Amino acid sequence: MSERRVVVTGLGATTPLGGDVETTWKALLAGQSGVRLLTEDWRELLPVHFAARVAIEPADQMERVEMRRLDRSEQFALVASREAWKDAGSPDDIDKERLGVVIASGIGGVITLLDQFVNLNEKGARGVSPHTVPMLMPNGPAANVGLELKAKAGVHTPVSACASGAEAIGYAYEMIKNNRADIIVTGGVEAAVHQLPMAGFAAMKALSTRNDAPQRASRPYDVDRDGFVLGEGGGVLVLEEYESAKARGAKIYCEVGGQGLTSDGYHIAAPDPDGEGVQRAIKFALQASGLSTKDIVHLNAHATSTPAGDVAEANALRKALGADADHVAVSATKSMTGHLLGGAGAIESVFIVKALQERLAPPTINIENLDPAVTIDVVRDTPRQLPAGDIAALNDSFGFGGHNVVLAFKSL
Amino acid sequence: MALSPADVLSGIKEIVEEVAGIPAASIELDKNFTDDLEVDSLSMVEVVVACEERFGVKIPDEKVTELATVGDAVNFIVNAAA
Repeated sequence: MSERRVVVTGLGATTPLGGDVETTWKALLAGQSGVRLLTEDWRELLPVHFAARVAIEPADQMERVEMRRLDRSEQFALVASREAWKDAGSPDDIDKERLGVVIASGIGGVITLLDQFVNLNEKGARGVSPHTVPMLMPNGPAANVGLELKAKAGVHTPVSACASGAEAIGYAYEMIKNNRADIIVTGGVEAAVHQLPMAGFAAMKALSTRNDAPQRASRPYDVDRDGFVLGEGGGVLVLEEYESAKARGAKIYCEVGGQGLTSDGYHIAAPDPDGEGVQRAIKFALQASGLSTKDIVHLNAHATSTPAGDVAEANALRKALGADADHVAVSATKSMTGHLLGGAGAIESVFIVKALQERLAPPTINIENLDPAVTIDVVRDTPRQLPAGDIAALNDSFGFGGHNVVLAFKSL
Repeated sequence: MALSPADVLSGIKEIVEEVAGIPAASIELDKNFTDDLEVDSLSMVEVVVACEERFGVKIPDEKVTELATVGDAVNFIVNAAA
């Protein structure tokens, strides 16, 4: 049997910029910010008064009864998966034993967990919803999508904090590559805009506290960056084995070339300043894809807007790509979406697929003064045209725990 | 306080519609929660807890399995409240 290739045939997203891929992508190219002041009273408990909530509430996209049994993260997963499945042409007649789901979340159903703890304290054990456990389990988003599609090849949830979404896509890629499945619905979601996780991130000094200008707060690579902005939502891709996608006449966006996975062995939360693990992950992703640094024209960076992380990543990219970094248009889309944690690598992969399709690298906003330590070519303020012909792009994602995931995508 | 069967039925209709999304009009005394109304085991727990709160009765877990139909639940609640 010849080598199995993996292609993207469907996209879905619900993000702070829009309730679907097209709306999100247009807002992204226009350089809009999805960050807003929180309206809840609890914001006063925190040093941070803003976040990037989804643009369209799940309540406007699904049935009420369905919603009450689903954690918000599961709602995002279903909304984005339905869009992606439809975009893939709703291939409902495929063999369900060859259909899988790999959807990640960084934290899982944390809002359900905390809400039900309040119920327990106020009403006793009888007041705790029988849906609590299926709602809070981190595999809940994948499980619910798997149930809806009746997927039987396997339903999985890799967890690696903010690298989870990218790791899920890599896992899905491997499942198809290794002939466990022909089609996988994959991505990542997060629903953690809540006072407890926000207080936790704030205690680490990880969040921006630019309360007087929330839409200017997420500013990757700017000298005055002071932390990330928490976002929510999710992104989903339909990955498919190339020959079977062609055989059913599917619209094919691009190819997933391969992935590189490493770990730092350095610190639970801080990035390795040498970025050695990131460099190796890039090398492995290129090797797995049969690409060289010359082929890469675009990279959607992890770049969360933290003082240490952005420079460590930029240095690692420069070292890994060498002189070829000069022709890599680097986009830090968290400047507009905020940081979706376990959803980040997934929406950013959706953005890469759109960038390859439309040959446009989205901008990075809010860079008033580029940090002089950043020596990569950052796309600022307006989109940049990508070259014609065969091109490739990378998505890198990192997570607390020292997880490094790099995905390579190739035009077809 | 005594409850009328009609009041209990109308209360159960509201609860089942709220919890399981089944239109109140299709909920009748002879309907089986599982087979006719497709209320799953987790949602049944929600229905029971909501009935306890609404009607001020206790429905012990060992009784829940005996409440196959809407009529069974109405009878149990009316008797328990009597």
